[in-house]
Amino acid sequence: MKGNIRMNKKVKNGINIFLFLLPGLALFIGVLIAPIFMSFRYSLHDMSLLDPLTKENYIGFNNYVKLFTSGSIHFPKALLNSLLLAALSVFIQLPLSLGLALLLGKGMKGERGFLSVYFMPVLISTIIIGQLWLKIYNPDYGLLTRALWALHILPKGQLIQWLGDKKIALASAFVPILWQYVGYHMLLMYAGVKGVSPDLREAAMLDGATDGQINRYIVIPSIKPIIKVSVIFAVTGSLKSYDLIKVLTDGGPNHATEVPTTIMINQLILRNKAGMGSTIAVMLIVLCFFFALVINKVFKKED
Amino acid sequence: MAKESKTPMTIDDYYIKKTNPVVKVLIYIFLAFWLLVNLFPLYWMFTFSFKTNEEIYGKNVAGLPHEWNWQYYKIAMERVNMIKLFGNSILVAVITIAITIIVSLMATYALTRLKWRGRTLVNSFFMLGLTIPLHAALVPLYKAIKLAGIFDTMWALIIPYAAFSLAMGILISTGFMGEIPMDLDEAACIDGCGVWGTFIRIICPLMTPALATIGIYTFLQCWNEFLFASTYTSAFKTIPVGVQQFFGQHTTDWGVVGAALVMATFPTLLIYVFLSRKIQESFMAGAIKG
Repeated sequence: MKGNIRMNKKVKNGINIFLFLLPGLALFIGVLIAPIFMSFRYSLHDMSLLDPLTKENYIGFNNYVKLFTSGSIHFPKALLNSLLLAALSVFIQLPLSLGLALLLGKGMKGERGFLSVYFMPVLISTIIIGQLWLKIYNPDYGLLTRALWALHILPKGQLIQWLGDKKIALASAFVPILWQYVGYHMLLMYAGVKGVSPDLREAAMLDGATDGQINRYIVIPSIKPIIKVSVIFAVTGSLKSYDLIKVLTDGGPNHATEVPTTIMINQLILRNKAGMGSTIAVMLIVLCFFFALVINKVFKKED
Repeated sequence: MAKESKTPMTIDDYYIKKTNPVVKVLIYIFLAFWLLVNLFPLYWMFTFSFKTNEEIYGKNVAGLPHEWNWQYYKIAMERVNMIKLFGNSILVAVITIAITIIVSLMATYALTRLKWRGRTLVNSFFMLGLTIPLHAALVPLYKAIKLAGIFDTMWALIIPYAAFSLAMGILISTGFMGEIPMDLDEAACIDGCGVWGTFIRIICPLMTPALATIGIYTFLQCWNEFLFASTYTSAFKTIPVGVQQFFGQHTTDWGVVGAALVMATFPTLLIYVFLSRKIQESFMAGAIKG
């Protein structure tokens, strides 16, 4: 009898655990995990959105081949653009964030105030920021043109198509992206800098180390895990970038600023090519995981 | 000198002593410059929402408006229908936050307070969600949403948003739940509370600090989200989608654009003023996973 009761209790416990997990698992598997596999299956078909998967539209890896060879999809260009953005983020945005974090983290008057303002752009919708920068970049009445006129860098009356000129559109579109997220990386690194043991700093200082030496030999090595996270976020975020490009240029002029996601949406919504759209999605997932792994490896090697 | 020997010098005193005043001034100039880079565009947006086109187009580009014209706010309200956009965004955010909180508390309870084999495995499975990009689900979800007949309704956004916030919700709750002593569960058990009673009467009330962090994180995720929102809805617009669709690249009514942008930004910044530390913490929670 006793064993029976214990058995019942165990079964009841199992049911309870299952019930507690059920909503989470259903949501997670249904919305995240299953779609990844489905995306991969779709990518092997030439299908529109509501087409069923059939033998007739199964085309193997043709979509992947087409992605890189077709002149009308512009995927290689888009990939290159997003990698360029990743490089700019890692080599310009992150050093700037690190610099700000080191300066604020060493204990300045008003550091909380500076920190809070620097972080503010992160909270504003990228669509709003894009609309604002559209106005800043306005060739005629925009803040940028007017400031350059006032400073006599640009002869008064000369207009520059910041977002309309193929040669500079990409650079112009990148500036707001970098601008918006400097504060985010700075916040992460600042938290790390603040976590460095004061004793360690003090000891180094008593030994006569300068600020630069302390940063280089004590602070930066100890916040390496956070720098790694920042690098991963910056690179995968660049690969996935969409909102600001959509608002500022929508991939134009003449495809100069396409990124993978603008092409994905174009294939999916405008051309109703769910197979090709999924192919781009799969490429993005693979690339994000690939770069995350590589960055992890690089940081491990350095230790 | 005598004073100094009484109170031990803090780390800050060393810095103040060591840092060269010229360097210090340079640092402050740099910090102030970056402050300006952050604030000036927002100041400019705020001021041109009150200016006439005459002022914007040359007479007064960067100064304060000569006259504060509230008319653009009225026009923006009517034409862009800001109230409707706000209503939609708030509805989506509130329901998403509620679902995320309930589901992640339940899952976290099973994963951390109940003992069973394989719970660490299931936990790592959920943590995969932190790295999966939205893009991975975009096409299949689009299809599912169309087939389920919820396209262009709030559920087309709420369900994906809740699913994508879940991993972070569980991560945050795990940290907070770990601080509640297990003795409480045992005491409740002795008093005859079952697992559900313990969860609802003991654990949930003690999790209120976690709710703020999860709530803020989820709010910012769905309030500003654009990729799903612009794909899964057409008439049911959230703020980012409404703003984006209403203003093409060459809108000439700057005042109206400015007014709409200010209205869209204002609530977030207002919350930030009061909760800046809490908001910053919830963002840091996202990165510490490593």
